[in-house]
Amino acid sequence: MSSKKNFSLIIKDLIFTGLIATVLLIPIVGFRTEISTVDSTGLTFNYNFIIAFFVVAFVVGVRFLFHIYWFSKIQKKPQENSEKNKKKFLKKLNFYLGAAAAVIAFTLPFMPFANRYIVDVATLVLTYVMLGWGLNIVVGLAGLLDLGYVAFFAVGAYSYALLATTFDLSFWICLPLAGILAAFTGILLGFPVLRLRGDYLAIVTLGFGEIIRLILLNWYEFTGGPDGISRIPRPSFFGFPFARKSEDTTFHELFGLEYSTMHRIIFLYYLILILALITNFFTMKIRNLPVGRAWEALREDETACRAIGINPTNTKLTAFAIGAMFGGFAGSFFATRQGFVSPESFTFIESAIILAIVVLGGMGSQIGVVIASILLIGSTELFRELEQFRMLAFGLAMIIIMIVKPRGLLANREPSILLNKKNE
Amino acid sequence: MEYFLQQLINSLTLGSIYGLIAIGYTMVYGIIGMINFAHGDVFMIGSFVSLIAMVLLGVGTGAFLPLVLLIVLLAAILVTSVYGWTLERVAYRPLRGSFRLAALITALGASIFLQNFVQVSQGAKIKPIQPIIQGGFTFFENGSMVVSFSYLQIFIIIITVILLSIFSYIISKTPLGRSQRACEQDLTMSKLLGINVDRTISITFIIGASLASVAGMMFVLYYGVIDFFIGFLTGIKAFTAAVLGGIGSIPGAVIGGLLIGLIETFWSAYFTIEYKDVAVFGILVIVLIFRPYGILGKPEVEKV
Repeated sequence: MSSKKNFSLIIKDLIFTGLIATVLLIPIVGFRTEISTVDSTGLTFNYNFIIAFFVVAFVVGVRFLFHIYWFSKIQKKPQENSEKNKKKFLKKLNFYLGAAAAVIAFTLPFMPFANRYIVDVATLVLTYVMLGWGLNIVVGLAGLLDLGYVAFFAVGAYSYALLATTFDLSFWICLPLAGILAAFTGILLGFPVLRLRGDYLAIVTLGFGEIIRLILLNWYEFTGGPDGISRIPRPSFFGFPFARKSEDTTFHELFGLEYSTMHRIIFLYYLILILALITNFFTMKIRNLPVGRAWEALREDETACRAIGINPTNTKLTAFAIGAMFGGFAGSFFATRQGFVSPESFTFIESAIILAIVVLGGMGSQIGVVIASILLIGSTELFRELEQFRMLAFGLAMIIIMIVKPRGLLANREPSILLNKKNE
Repeated sequence: MEYFLQQLINSLTLGSIYGLIAIGYTMVYGIIGMINFAHGDVFMIGSFVSLIAMVLLGVGTGAFLPLVLLIVLLAAILVTSVYGWTLERVAYRPLRGSFRLAALITALGASIFLQNFVQVSQGAKIKPIQPIIQGGFTFFENGSMVVSFSYLQIFIIIITVILLSIFSYIISKTPLGRSQRACEQDLTMSKLLGINVDRTISITFIIGASLASVAGMMFVLYYGVIDFFIGFLTGIKAFTAAVLGGIGSIPGAVIGGLLIGLIETFWSAYFTIEYKDVAVFGILVIVLIFRPYGILGKPEVEKV
């Protein structure tokens, strides 16, 4: 009897879903406005009712599957799992996943299936991993919601581009300079606003991100405006360029290899891998230092921190500056890899993606950032041909992952150091 | 002086649009304490629905204009409020009471989704529409300087005033408004006192989306050009307006919207148009440093 009742409820719900989907989809999908070819000023319609109908049917179908899934879930008994075992398991998982990821990362370019495309995608994923780890210091450890992280990425990229093109400095000199400049920008921006809390800080950092992008876009004499800066020198292997022929000894001559364009790509891959690992190593170490512990304490309770004599502004400022520095490193890597920078690469959507990687991975979890980057960047990169649908799926994935796992894939909010408990 | 007056009128129009969107941000923030990042895109949906309705009804082909505009307005409100409702139901309700950043991420995801949804279904090209309401009053002329108040600007300001009065009546006098204010003060307590919190929050989203859709229609009429990306910058500026006025405060949102309109218009008029957004965000930063809770907001007292 109850299943019959359930059935009629489900039917009602499906009809309701269908109605809602119709209202949502028919106007926007059904009537595609096009600039009319007759008089070129008015708009005409391209009717897409069949597509709209299929999308409505699809939505209803998904809702139906959801009902079946939900129904079968109730039948099952919830699995008992003690918290402690779960935590131990997670810790072990973290370790093994980390080790496996490192091994795969180091051997990837020499795998038989690794072609240029795969190494390129892996490099892109690693860039986001590094940015995610950098932002993890600010958001995951210090608990400061930064929606303008891409500003530091931009500062790093433009610093490298300008230093390398005007002063002809090598990559290895520009890299630390770009990091330092980004860190200074972080301090400069952070100093007035870090007194603010939560969402106010978020909107101000968002504002700063936009301000920096607009300045890059409009200060034509300095940054080249919308044209950006091109012909940024490529990195060399510690002074040995990657070229078929050069006045200096080239890379392939040094090692007696056949010339191949893959050399530079593999070198760039290892470069970002090592930069990212440095970020990771730094974060792991600093978590155990007083300043790292102060960040975590501040994230948990700012008032208590004040009471025990931690200066919140300075502590936040260090987190902001260090996060910015790694953003700057990643930025200069980005500039040297692309050979070209323009304000288009540093829009708000980038900040949102980096933040999504940190939160989806589980705030404070280092390996979570890697998984989230592979999921979001790697998998959407595979669908490059479906350019428009790629970002559509990206937005949907963000919503679904968050609803299924609100704390992120691998949440880690445990304090890095605990006093030994008496009971243990 | 004439130039100044003209800019004042322009800024009032722009400020009305920002104010209407800002109310949506501030109400949601007041009740569930989250930044509804997708609200700007709900506004964008509103503008697209109005555009489609206008083309469908053949605006400018001799039909009776006020009636047509009324139908467009109602269609935009209807469809967009369903969008607002669905957004809350699908993306925010499952996460209510969960970890705070999670809702922010779904909001960002919803924003990306809506933008790309419109891009896929309507195309990435900008959509122009011919001016619909033309003409206006001329206050006075002084040589080459003319101060005029176009019918369009009058229309926008009058609609804003009407909507705001209906809205403030709902908030202050009706049972719905009472339960909304109760939820704003204490969600758990309102639940205990028998207020249907889920329903109240849904209605909040519906009201927010309706006001945003009206702003979207005004945007189409005022600028005559829209694309799938207008929601982002307009939304951010409207949110800035809400923060400026004191987030959670409804009169604050309107005042904030007018201020943002003022800053933007005057900066473009007297300084450089390229840096008008820099000016808006710059002023936001300055206000927040000296008055972190906005103009009409109440300072949060933190209890331990």
